Amino acid sequence: MSEMMLNIAGVNKRFGGLQALTDVRIQIAKGQIYGLIGPNGAGKTTFFNVITGLYQPDTGTFELDGKAYSPSAPHKVAQAGIARTFQNIRLFGEMTALENVMVGRHVRTRQGVFGAIFRHGAARREEAAIRARAQELLDFVGIGQFGNRTARYLSYGDQRRLEIARALATEPRLLALDEPAAGMNATEKLALRELLVKIKDAGITILLIEHDVKLMMGLCDRISVLEYGKLIAEGVPAEIQKNQAVIEAYLGGAH
Amino acid sequence: METFIQQVLNGLVMGSMYALIALGYTMVYGVLNLINFAHGDVLMIGAMVGLSILHMLESAFPGLPGGVQLAVAIVGAIPVTMLVNILIERVAYRRLRNAPRLAPLITAIGVSILLKTFAMMIWGRSPLPFPQLLSSDPIMIGGAVISQTQVLLIVLAVVCMFALAMLVEKTRIGRAMRAVAENPRVAGLMGVDSNRVIVTTFALGAALAAVAGVMWGANYASIQFETGTLPGMKAFCAAVLGGIGNIYGAMIGGIVLGIIESLGAGYIGEITGGFLGSQYQDIFAFVVLILVLTVRPSGIMGERVADRA
Amino acid sequence: MALLTFDTAHKPRQSYASMAVLLAVMLVFPFVASQFGNSWVRIIDMALLYIMLALGLNIVVGFAGLLDLGYIAFFAVGAYLTGLLASPQFAALLESVVNYSPAMGDALVALFGESIRTEGIHLSVWAIVPLAALVAALFGALLGAPTLKLRGDYLAIVTLGFGEIIRIFMNNLNDPINFTNGPQGINLIDPIRIFGVSLAGEAGSKATVFIGGVGIPSVNAYYFLFLLLCIVTIFMTSRLQHSRLGRAWVAIREDEIAAKAMGINTRNVKLLAFSMGASFGGVAGAMFAAFQGFVSPESFSLTESIAVLAMVVLGGIGHIPGVVMGGVLLAALPEVLRHVVEPAQQALFGKVIIEAEVLRQLLYGLAMVLIMLNRPAGLWPSPIKEDRPVAATDKDEKEEEAVAS
Repeated sequence: MSEMMLNIAGVNKRFGGLQALTDVRIQIAKGQIYGLIGPNGAGKTTFFNVITGLYQPDTGTFELDGKAYSPSAPHKVAQAGIARTFQNIRLFGEMTALENVMVGRHVRTRQGVFGAIFRHGAARREEAAIRARAQELLDFVGIGQFGNRTARYLSYGDQRRLEIARALATEPRLLALDEPAAGMNATEKLALRELLVKIKDAGITILLIEHDVKLMMGLCDRISVLEYGKLIAEGVPAEIQKNQAVIEAYLGGAH
Repeated sequence: METFIQQVLNGLVMGSMYALIALGYTMVYGVLNLINFAHGDVLMIGAMVGLSILHMLESAFPGLPGGVQLAVAIVGAIPVTMLVNILIERVAYRRLRNAPRLAPLITAIGVSILLKTFAMMIWGRSPLPFPQLLSSDPIMIGGAVISQTQVLLIVLAVVCMFALAMLVEKTRIGRAMRAVAENPRVAGLMGVDSNRVIVTTFALGAALAAVAGVMWGANYASIQFETGTLPGMKAFCAAVLGGIGNIYGAMIGGIVLGIIESLGAGYIGEITGGFLGSQYQDIFAFVVLILVLTVRPSGIMGERVADRA
Repeated sequence: MALLTFDTAHKPRQSYASMAVLLAVMLVFPFVASQFGNSWVRIIDMALLYIMLALGLNIVVGFAGLLDLGYIAFFAVGAYLTGLLASPQFAALLESVVNYSPAMGDALVALFGESIRTEGIHLSVWAIVPLAALVAALFGALLGAPTLKLRGDYLAIVTLGFGEIIRIFMNNLNDPINFTNGPQGINLIDPIRIFGVSLAGEAGSKATVFIGGVGIPSVNAYYFLFLLLCIVTIFMTSRLQHSRLGRAWVAIREDEIAAKAMGINTRNVKLLAFSMGASFGGVAGAMFAAFQGFVSPESFSLTESIAVLAMVVLGGIGHIPGVVMGGVLLAALPEVLRHVVEPAQQALFGKVIIEAEVLRQLLYGLAMVLIMLNRPAGLWPSPIKEDRPVAATDKDEKEEEAVAS
């Protein structure tokens, strides 16, 4: 159990008349790439939103790296060590790429009003460190040369990378990616796959939602499958591929 | 007890006014997600135009019965306010339909300022007296006093609200309004010309504002370029109280706010041990707004805002 | 605008040169303008206060994207605080307290000394300014707190409501305890005294201030003080903009959900925006009270809130040079017009067709509508860093940049 990075159980979430999630659980070991798949409307993003504090669950226990955490507010979840990206890319459009990643450093830094106005030694040093780390992360994800470009004007693929760089800046233990490959062509997906492996090699656990089943099978160590808010299968990719319930859920829809 | 009835009555009068104005705000917000800041000033324009019509009647046809004069003033003011509101929508708001929230709001504020300025230029900056048209003999209800003008206001408000409800529920244009209020794009796919509907919405709101404006003048006997500002803001609070975008909410919210204001002003002295008095009456609308948005943002009857995604 | 730039990050030499030129002009201005009487300098004095207000509001509206329509409330707080603590008003307040509760009255006298019975409290500017900043900041947090979960339009109306509530209180808080002296306002507010020199000039000197033997008009003395405060405000807000906190504000403005997901405590950061913005308003209010010598509720109406908002939005929202320009244009221009347009109409038509006040409102209204329709980012918005994707290779990039600049 001490090898578990994320241990979540018994999550229920109801929206008015709709039971969006029923007794969903997930266990991710440290350093794994864990996949969450399922047909549209299965509740994957809802589950993400619950884990990361955007929605309040009706029930559930939440543990990150052995310690209980309360998904009561998104910023607390980030503080605890889970960083996420969004299905629809939520960048800070008017800021440059570098500034976007610098915002990611907010949660691990401290300078406030005093430091802002007086720029004393500690403040200047922290600011320089933020800038340097942000540039490092841009380089890491492969868009280091676009630091000064306004985020809005980056290409789609680069925007997705930027979002990942920004999430990495929060020094997460778990990186949660919501459909990072959406809208990408085959080449871009390959590059994304390489990036994710690189992140895993850097020691960060990854949870990802994706529709591209082939990508997931090749990338993930383990996969959970959701349908209508319920967990219908869980295991290594090979098992999932042969699972009858999963096949039925997708109506044979492997890409 | 008599004071209580008096205050409730006063509240009903004021509430009818707020309801008429609130309808304009709520209908526009329902279809455009925009606070038409200038709506209170449209009321003022209605009052001013009504007054001018009364002056013309005085010189052209002296001696007409007060009720007739009032009717002509209202009927004459309505097309003018409709035109003003339609013009505002066309010139100022239409281009900013999909702009980020700041631009339409600032534009609306600018339009409000312009309306006040035009009123200043046309009718001057000093308060103008509104003639006494109906008999000022008080009507007694259970020990409380109400004037003929005030009764007329309540009656007119009820009639207008009823007419609007009929229009919205039973007619084709009403159905179109409801469709656009819910989802403009899908309504468009169903063949509804949303521009037409939006223009109609603005026109209807303006008509109600004209009625409210002329009656305001008749009730308070004095109007000025600033007349519409505060009632406008309070009417918006009433619209939120009732449930923004919801026509019945605006009606209920208006009446309820009027009564809250009246009772509040009446009893605030007792409640605060003499520290605050009835001169603080104006804060009630805003306090109600803050409470509603904090505790139950969808208002009494639930909000109905367009899905403009 | 092409010659003047303040983009210190990308064009440092040109920026500092621009600043130096501007500073020189500003320093010389009063001496030149004095030749034509005091009114021009007085106009700029008020404009400088408005610029401070606009810069403060810029933190809330420009940086953090929180639409505040009641900002003048903080101006009022600073002004009335000064009115209460630097004038005979406290004596009047004490009288009303004594009427209400003699015990409280005695306690106040014990606290502040017997002289407050007749003279009131007269704190020096060194105490008033920090106090105004602090109290205004407190109000900023107080008024901001209920608005944290509201979306754009509602935030605007609620802040507008707060502005109105404050004005109504200022207008009525004279009974049973006389805080604000009601609609009449507070008079005889102490002018600013720096190192023993009163900026209103010594009695009988026709408002001339003597510094080391040299006499300058009082309005000029205030001019330099306000100019200094403006420069400090520009400096501070600029530093705030380019800091961790400034980035957090912009993040909230751009996408609040993403900001939260990145670990920003949006509630606290928003409250900080309100507080910091309010504190500048409070200081400006204190200066205003001392400069004018009196305060009354009519200076703090919705019209004023809108005027300051217009300066920010029309000047260049979030862009400090733009906001300053907006402040100059919208504060000084109407006054200038009044001096020019009314006599012109008199000469041309024999009478004044459009009064200056009406003209001022007309210009405001037109400016707001026209600028929002045509340049919604303001007249002088933040320069965009790179707005076109450049070629894939570094070499092409460098060539394009060389051609562009």
